[in-house]
Amino acid sequence: MSFITGVGLTSYGKHEGSSSLDLMSKAAELAVADAGLKRSEIDGILCGYSTVSPHIMLATVFAEHFGIQPSYAHAVQVGGATGLAMTMLAHHLVDAGAAKHVLVVGGEHRLTGQSRDASIQALAQVGHPEYEVTLGPTIPAYYGLVASRYMHEYGVTQEDLAEFAVLMRAHALTHPGAQFHEPITVADVMASKPVAMPLKLLDCCPVSDGGAAFVVSREKTSATGIRIRGCAQAHTHQHITAAPPLSELGAEIAIAKAKAAAGITISDVRYAAVYDSFTITLAMLLEDLGLAGRGEAAARVRAGHFGRDGAMPLNTHGGLLSYGHCGVGGAMAHLVETHLQMTERAGSRQVRDASVALLHGDGGVLSSHVSMFLERVR
Amino acid sequence: MSDRPADWTKGAEAIVYQTCGACGAVQYFARSFCAACGAPDPAPKCASGSGTVYATSLVCRAATPEMRAHVPYNMVLVDAVEGFRMMAHGDSDLAIGDKVTASYRPFAGRLVPYFERVK
Repeated sequence: MSFITGVGLTSYGKHEGSSSLDLMSKAAELAVADAGLKRSEIDGILCGYSTVSPHIMLATVFAEHFGIQPSYAHAVQVGGATGLAMTMLAHHLVDAGAAKHVLVVGGEHRLTGQSRDASIQALAQVGHPEYEVTLGPTIPAYYGLVASRYMHEYGVTQEDLAEFAVLMRAHALTHPGAQFHEPITVADVMASKPVAMPLKLLDCCPVSDGGAAFVVSREKTSATGIRIRGCAQAHTHQHITAAPPLSELGAEIAIAKAKAAAGITISDVRYAAVYDSFTITLAMLLEDLGLAGRGEAAARVRAGHFGRDGAMPLNTHGGLLSYGHCGVGGAMAHLVETHLQMTERAGSRQVRDASVALLHGDGGVLSSHVSMFLERVR
Repeated sequence: MSDRPADWTKGAEAIVYQTCGACGAVQYFARSFCAACGAPDPAPKCASGSGTVYATSLVCRAATPEMRAHVPYNMVLVDAVEGFRMMAHGDSDLAIGDKVTASYRPFAGRLVPYFERVK
């Protein structure tokens, strides 16, 4: 058994003068306090990476900086799936008795710590150095390629994709920590600057500064426990050139294994937290996970299905698209928000029932996938 | 791998792929073994340059400052008739399903494969 016993999240956007370690520490402090623990009780640390301040031993750098001496610590790198991959590992570590309280932390000053060009170049390196990167692709271009094919096969339009940006922005408007606070429309998305067609600026998540953390424990530390019910991964490729057909991508494999591990079906799920680096990412993953039929996710957005008051509230903090994306911490915000919803602490964003949640992360170019089910136990 | 023939990644006007003598698998990223079955020394072959467009994305925000002069450039994934998929550049009006053939063009100080629709 394992429980997410505490969560911490900074605002995303600009944190002028804060280092990656500062942002990680801030989130970690919040998470440890939220779990009702003392720093000395944390005996495991898992952290992600910082593209701005890379280090071969980031977990111990962080542990020293934060002031703890864990019995288990190392970094994990799975791109955008890192947060959930670390959570899955923490789940297995506490379940196996290797640690009692694992602090999972990610944070980066990705926006103010480097130029936008440097960010774009650093991220494009997920491509093949000889056969892809030499051609000048960007992360939006890798996903733009995927989008063109997905739209072709399933009849999805650019207006359909725009709906996801509008939804995430509407959700971000209700969260004071979100990077963006101006409402947008489908027309705004369609008129935004082309980046890598069919993806335009508002189809893409921003670059942000921020930090997120949580504590995964063997036992719950408060009356309401948020239990990790089951999780699974799938890794089908690294480079988009070597990806399998759309119908055989890793999300479907990971969710099938996670459902089996958790003994849960999609109809049990009340809240969804799904990776949304681009509008196409979110549209595809919702359909791969079975939260919408093929080519039908946008219609469900239009019908209010994924809104706060809908049947399947989704990324109520605004997601990567509008809360922001600071690297590893980016998708960890999805889990923090899920925890707040499940423990009924989401304030004006609170949904009716978040007793069972599905989380899904994606790293690379739909390369690495982690699906996870959380349930509330009292 | 020292006998790997020069291809566009080495500045030559060629697209090279490998076939496995043991299992028959075709692979585009060069290795000293077959990624499908592990057998050593898959045979390098020159591709014809003929294929079908699988996906496209017109890049309007360049990856690096030196690539900015080329904007917009169309990235394509092409399914080669020999049975592998590759990334390349192509005409801006290419559509998925188009039959295409490769030539080579300079891009940011290198030579890259460039696909045009078969007339």
